[in-house]
Amino acid sequence: MKAAVLVFPGINRERDMARTLRLVSGQAPSMVWHAERKLPAGTDLVVVPGGFSYGDYLRCGAIAARSPIMDAVRAFAAKGGLVLGVCNGFQILCESGLLPGVLMRNENLRFICRDVFLKVERSDTPFTRGYNAGQVIRVPVAHGEGNYIADGETIARLEGEGRVIFRYSSPDGMIDPDWNHNGAINAIAGIANDRGNVLGMMPHPENHVEADIGSTDGRGLFAGLAKQLGAAA
Amino acid sequence: MKARVTVTLKSGVLDPQGKAIEGALRSLGVDGVASVRQGKVFDIELEGGDPKKAEALLNQAADKLLANTVIENYRVEVIG
Repeated sequence: MKAAVLVFPGINRERDMARTLRLVSGQAPSMVWHAERKLPAGTDLVVVPGGFSYGDYLRCGAIAARSPIMDAVRAFAAKGGLVLGVCNGFQILCESGLLPGVLMRNENLRFICRDVFLKVERSDTPFTRGYNAGQVIRVPVAHGEGNYIADGETIARLEGEGRVIFRYSSPDGMIDPDWNHNGAINAIAGIANDRGNVLGMMPHPENHVEADIGSTDGRGLFAGLAKQLGAAA
Repeated sequence: MKARVTVTLKSGVLDPQGKAIEGALRSLGVDGVASVRQGKVFDIELEGGDPKKAEALLNQAADKLLANTVIENYRVEVIG
């Protein structure tokens, strides 16, 4: 696995992400500055990490999405390369047009920082092959703008094509408004593009990969990617 | 030349910030407010003096960056 983690001004979760990638795959990722125009040769996974690129000015992810490196990411994705966006990374992928829809202010207007439960809808994607379909995982969220929305036609297409990959759920996998902490439509926590090679999600699986932290539920995502990309997981 | 771009949420898009502002106005005793939708205003200083060109440039700025047209509408005005 030859991962590249993008770094934008104001991003603050890139080291968590790099650490997890190294821990799970055994290979340290390259850190790629936003002003670069090319990804390192041989890159097989691009990760857009969480944080607050450009201080969330204008709209979350809006300015980062127009960075020089994002043209290279678009070209990489167009060739089928795997792209993972977490939290602000999900917002950046939506703003850049790599994923549909937008992440609005949380319904209760609060910044939410706590563990949530996610139902893994599919296990037949490069990002979720480390899980079973229907499995529930516990991972943290930390965001003020995670309330996913898109027009009705887009939502119908996402649902119809099985592109909702993660949903906020109860600990036993029930989809219930009480467990949909940010008010996202259909409790959507993570979606894929039409080709299935770009995934965006609000929660932070990279923070639950070690038993010392209290949960290793995020590990499956990275172990699955490492397996997919041929590294020892 | 001075110009202004106003960005507002499309109708039908939920606006929790607008709702909170609406509630705050009510609790301040500002009567007669039926609803509030919030948005953004960009005051832009332009080089050159051709209003036609200015309008094209502002539309480009709004499409490329200032507005997310999935959820927002925008209006450009050349103030002169």
